Amino acid sequence: MLSRVAHSLYWLTRYVDRAENTARLIDVALQLYLDLRPTAGARGDRWLSLVESSGEEALFRTLHAEVSGLTVTEFLVFQEENPNSILSSLTQARENARMVRDQVSSELWEEINRLYLFIRSPQARALLRDAPYELFQQVKNGALLFQGLMDATLVRNEGWLFMRVGRNLERADKTSRLLDVRHATWPPAGVPAPESQEDLLGWAAVLRSASAWEAYQSLYGTEVSPERVIQILMLSDDFPRSVRFCAREVNEALRSISGAPRDRFTNEAEKLAGRLVAELTFSTVEDLCAQGLHAGIDSLQAKLNAIGEAVFGTYIDQSFRLPGDFELRQQEEQQQQDSPVRDLP
Amino acid sequence: MAENRLDTAFRSYETGGFFDEMMDPQGAVRPHYRSFADGFRGMPEGTFEEKRRAVDQAFLRQGITFNVYGDSQGTERVFPFDLVPRIIPADEWERLERGLVQRITALNLFLKDIYGNQSILRDGTIPAEVVLTAKHYRREFVNFKVPKDIYIHICGTDIIRDERGEYLVLEDNGRCPSGVSYVLENRRALKRTFPDLYERCGVRPVEQYPAELLAMLRHIAPVDDPRVVLLTPGPYNAAYFEHSYLARQMGIEIVEGRDLLVKDHRVFMRTTKGQEPVHVIYRRIDDDFLDPTVFRRDSALGVPGLVSAYRAGNVALANSIGTGVADDKVMYYYVPRMIRYYLGEEPLLASVPTYLAGEPKDLPFILDHLDTLVVKAANEAGGYGMLMGPMASAAEREDFRARIQADPRNYVAQPMIALSRHPTFVEPGAFAGRHIDLRPFVLFGEKPVIIPGGLTRVALRPGSRVVNSSQGGGSKETWVLYGDAQEAKAGGQPVDDEPRAPAEESALGEEKRA
Repeated sequence: MLSRVAHSLYWLTRYVDRAENTARLIDVALQLYLDLRPTAGARGDRWLSLVESSGEEALFRTLHAEVSGLTVTEFLVFQEENPNSILSSLTQARENARMVRDQVSSELWEEINRLYLFIRSPQARALLRDAPYELFQQVKNGALLFQGLMDATLVRNEGWLFMRVGRNLERADKTSRLLDVRHATWPPAGVPAPESQEDLLGWAAVLRSASAWEAYQSLYGTEVSPERVIQILMLSDDFPRSVRFCAREVNEALRSISGAPRDRFTNEAEKLAGRLVAELTFSTVEDLCAQGLHAGIDSLQAKLNAIGEAVFGTYIDQSFRLPGDFELRQQEEQQQQDSPVRDLP
Repeated sequence: MAENRLDTAFRSYETGGFFDEMMDPQGAVRPHYRSFADGFRGMPEGTFEEKRRAVDQAFLRQGITFNVYGDSQGTERVFPFDLVPRIIPADEWERLERGLVQRITALNLFLKDIYGNQSILRDGTIPAEVVLTAKHYRREFVNFKVPKDIYIHICGTDIIRDERGEYLVLEDNGRCPSGVSYVLENRRALKRTFPDLYERCGVRPVEQYPAELLAMLRHIAPVDDPRVVLLTPGPYNAAYFEHSYLARQMGIEIVEGRDLLVKDHRVFMRTTKGQEPVHVIYRRIDDDFLDPTVFRRDSALGVPGLVSAYRAGNVALANSIGTGVADDKVMYYYVPRMIRYYLGEEPLLASVPTYLAGEPKDLPFILDHLDTLVVKAANEAGGYGMLMGPMASAAEREDFRARIQADPRNYVAQPMIALSRHPTFVEPGAFAGRHIDLRPFVLFGEKPVIIPGGLTRVALRPGSRVVNSSQGGGSKETWVLYGDAQEAKAGGQPVDDEPRAPAEESALGEEKRA
C-alpha cells in the first residue's frame, strides 16, 4: 500500500472520531451545565475547561473576548480557524477520504461526504441554535454509521489496519479527555470521591456521553461511583471505548501490519504500544490516580501521541522534501489539460 | 404526423432555424427519437423536474463534482446534467466511428513520422517550420521509439454538427482528455432514473470503458505482468474526481508525483512495505510538469528522473510525451493531408474550414473579416485566446488584429458554425433547443476502440454556444442505438454518404463562410 494512502486512511478515521468525540464532549458539558445551577462567575470557567481540554485555549482567546456557552460551542463546532472544531475535523476527514476514494467503499465515501455537506449546511447552524442536542446526535450518528460501514464494507487489508490504528488512538485519547472535563473537582492525589448529588449527576453525564451508561448499569447497577466510572472508561476489557480496550486494538493492528508476534516488537510504534498495553493491563484505578487522575491522563495522552508519531516515522515518513502546500496546490489546479468544463468554439 | 409530436411540454418547442437533433424542420420527431418520445409521452407532468432534482442530489452526495479554481473555500459544483438524452442512430455512429479510427490512426502515424524520419516534412506535404515551431513539439524526443509506436493512446475528439446536420471535427485532444467519467456516471444516473425508457430504446452499453482502458494500458507495458498506475496532479485538480473514479474502476493505484521515485532508470512507488516497481503510468499531468529534471524545474507534481526511465524503456506513458503538437490548431488544418498521405484514403469526417494566418494568402482575408470569423490562438484551450467575431466589440477585434499580425503562425480563423441544437429541460415543464457538441473517447491500443457515444455537452443558456460550466454549460447522456433499433434508417435528415471535400482546399482558395 502506498505510504501516502496509509497516511490518509489513518487520518480519515482519526478525524471522524475526533468530530464525534468533540460532539460528545460538548454534549456532556451541556448536560452538566443544564442540570446544575452555577453562580454567574463559575459558568464561564466551566465552559473554559472544555476549551482547555482540547488544548486550544490560546487560539480561543485570540478569537473570542468572552467565555460563554455561546462562544465556546461556536469555537468547538463551527470555527474554521480552530483545527479541531467539528467542522474542521469533518473537512479534514473528507479531504483525506477524497484522496483515497479508490481505496474505500462508495458507501463509506458517501457517508463522510454527506456528513461534511451537513455540517456546512444552514440547517446545522440552525440546529445548534434551536436544538443543540439534536445536532450532536446527528454528528455522533453519522460518525457511528461511518464506523459501521468501515466494519461492514471494507476489505480487511493493510489499509483497514491503518484505519483501526487511527480510530483507536484517537478514541483512547478522547475518552480520557471526556473524563478529564471533570478534573476541577478532583483531589491532587487519590481516587476522586463522590462530593454531592450534583457531583454524581456529573459523573453520570460523562458515562452517557461516552455511550457507557447502559454498559455501566449492566455491570454495576444504577448507583454511580467515581471509581467505577474511571474503571469502565479507563480499564475495562470489554467496553469498546475504554482506553485499555483501544490501546489493545492499536497494538494488535500494528502487529498485524508487520506480522510481529505478540511478545516481540519490530519497530518503535510496536514497542510503545506494547508498553502502554502492559501498563494499562497491570494497573488499577488507584494506580492511575496515585499522582492525581488529571496528571495520569496527561501522561497517558503524551504516550498516545508518541505512538502516533512512531507510526508516522515507521511507515509513512517520506524521505524527500515536500513542496510548500501553496505551490503544490497552484500547480495541481493549473493542470487543466482540457477539462470538459470549458468553451465551445 | 400528429402522433409523432410530444404533447404539452413540447407544444411551444421551436427549432429556430437550427439543425435540431430530435425534431425535423416540420416539427415531427425524427425516427431514431420515436421510441424515446413514446415512452416520454406517458410521463406525468412534474415528474421530469422531480427526477432532475433527485439526480442533482445524488451527484452531490456521491461527490461527483468539480473544483472551482481560485476558491480557497474549495467550492465544488455539480456539472449540470440534462436528463434528455442525445440519441445517435446506428448508421450515423458507424460512420463517425470509422472516421474517428481513421483520424487517430493518421495522427499516430504523423507523430511517429515527425519524431522519426520526418518524411512528411522532407517532401513538403506539411511545411516543416510549422511542425518544428509548434509549442508542444518535443525536440528532445526525436528518434526516440515509443512503446508499440503509439503516441496518442487516448484521444478526445470534439465533434459538432452544422446547420445541415453534417458532423464536423472541431478539434483533437491528444493530451489525456478528460470527461469520460461523466459519460459513465451520467449513464448510471439515467439508467436509474428511466430504466424503462432505456430498455425500450435499445441503447448500446458504455460500461466496458475502464476495462478497455486497462487492456490498452497493459498492452503498452514493458513486462508481462505490469503494475499500472494513474498519476494525478492531486486532489485540488478539477478533474480529480475522474482520476480517482477511473483508478477505482480499473483497480489500479492512483499516485501523486511524490509517491514515485526513480532509481537506475526504473520507477518505483513508495509503499508501507518499501519500494515497488511501476511499469505503466496513465498520466494526467502535462508534459511540462512530468519531470523537473527535464522540463519545468519548478514542477512540484512530477517525478525527477521519470524521463530517463521512459527513455530506457522501463516504463510506458499514456499518452506519450510530445503528443501536444497534434492539438495545435494549425496542425488541425493539415489532418486531411495526413490521412491522404499515410493512409491513401479520403477523410471520412469533414473539418471546419480553416484559414491560417501564417499563410500569406489567408492573412488579409482573416484581417478583413474579423467581424464574421472565429479566431483562435493555436495552442490555447479552455476558451482562452479566442475571438468570436460577430459577438466581439470593436476594441476586442482590434486587439486580435494586433495579436495576429505580431504572431501569424499561431492564429487560425474559422467561420462561425451554427451548432445543432437539442431539446433540453429548461424550466418546470418546458423544453427548449440548446446548442450541443460531442466528445467521443478513442482508445488506441492493440486496435482502436471507441465506446459508443461520448460526452455530449450542452450550453444551457438561451442562445449561448458556451458550454463552460461556470457560464451555464452542462452535459447530456449520449445514446448510440443498436443497429436493429426500429426505424433507425427510415426518414429523417437525408444522410450524406459522400466524404465531404476536406476543408483545406477551400480554405486556401475562395471565400467560404457559414
